[in-house]
Amino acid sequence: MKAKVHVTLKNGVLDPQGKAIQHTLSSLGFDGVNGVRQGKFLELDLDETDAAKAEAALVEMCEKLLANTVIEDYDIELIS
Amino acid sequence: MKSAVIVFPGSNCDRDVAVALEQVSGQKPTMVWHGDSALPEVDLVVLPGGFSFGDYLRSGAMAGRSPIMKDVVDRAHKGKPTLGICNGFQILTETGLLPGALMRNAGLKFVCRSVTLKVEHANSAFTNAYTNGDLIDIPVAHHDGNYFADADTLSALEDNGQVAFRYQDNPNGSLNDIAGIYNESRSVLGLMPHPERAIGDELGSSDGRKMFESLIANL
Repeated sequence: MKAKVHVTLKNGVLDPQGKAIQHTLSSLGFDGVNGVRQGKFLELDLDETDAAKAEAALVEMCEKLLANTVIEDYDIELIS
Repeated sequence: MKSAVIVFPGSNCDRDVAVALEQVSGQKPTMVWHGDSALPEVDLVVLPGGFSFGDYLRSGAMAGRSPIMKDVVDRAHKGKPTLGICNGFQILTETGLLPGALMRNAGLKFVCRSVTLKVEHANSAFTNAYTNGDLIDIPVAHHDGNYFADADTLSALEDNGQVAFRYQDNPNGSLNDIAGIYNESRSVLGLMPHPERAIGDELGSSDGRKMFESLIANL
């Protein structure tokens, strides 16, 4: 089973990199970009075949390592 | 004072801090590899600066989960002094020994220069050779030193007098100009600037020396 995990900065946490990307997009002529938030994308290949167990394990992985929940949110997507 | 310096793959200030500790205390610290599982009996544990694990995922994220860290965290929970400098500060926040997080510098640039710090609260084993309000020159060298904590955490830090050092001219966007903080019992200190790089005039400043002198007098 494969999983996709997105880790993004929480709302309210300033994202200077996102701001810089937005600024560069605008200087390239891409108008109308009102905001850019940058984050991380992780793809995991798991032995687990049970979706519920995989999800539970992924939550633990995110809480313990993949995300820093002081500043980041995570989103898990399972692909069987 | 017996001390231990934890060495991670990518640490690069481990020897600097060992030299500072030895120069001031006359005792060589024990260098402990991150893959070891047990700490020696010491009065002080230091997490040094550097780029442990290449800053992969987040600065300090992997190092915070290294085998030795279980013992480091258990020992710190017993109130035994633990010092984290730069990457060591990042590791302390990753393990939860200190609140908040260190994010990418607001200016997005790596900042490597001497900065002036105000000693905010000098009532700890790490800092009591200083006086509240002292202005000291200590170098910083980091890309991820932008201190962040939510509003409640930040006001708790201020109310409890846990802010150890504040930047006079904020180089990285840190909230409340925070350069270093204690835990509630002041047995853990994390700071981004490098006192071990300011222990003699030949290094440009000797203002960091008092941190090591405080430790030796207290431990």
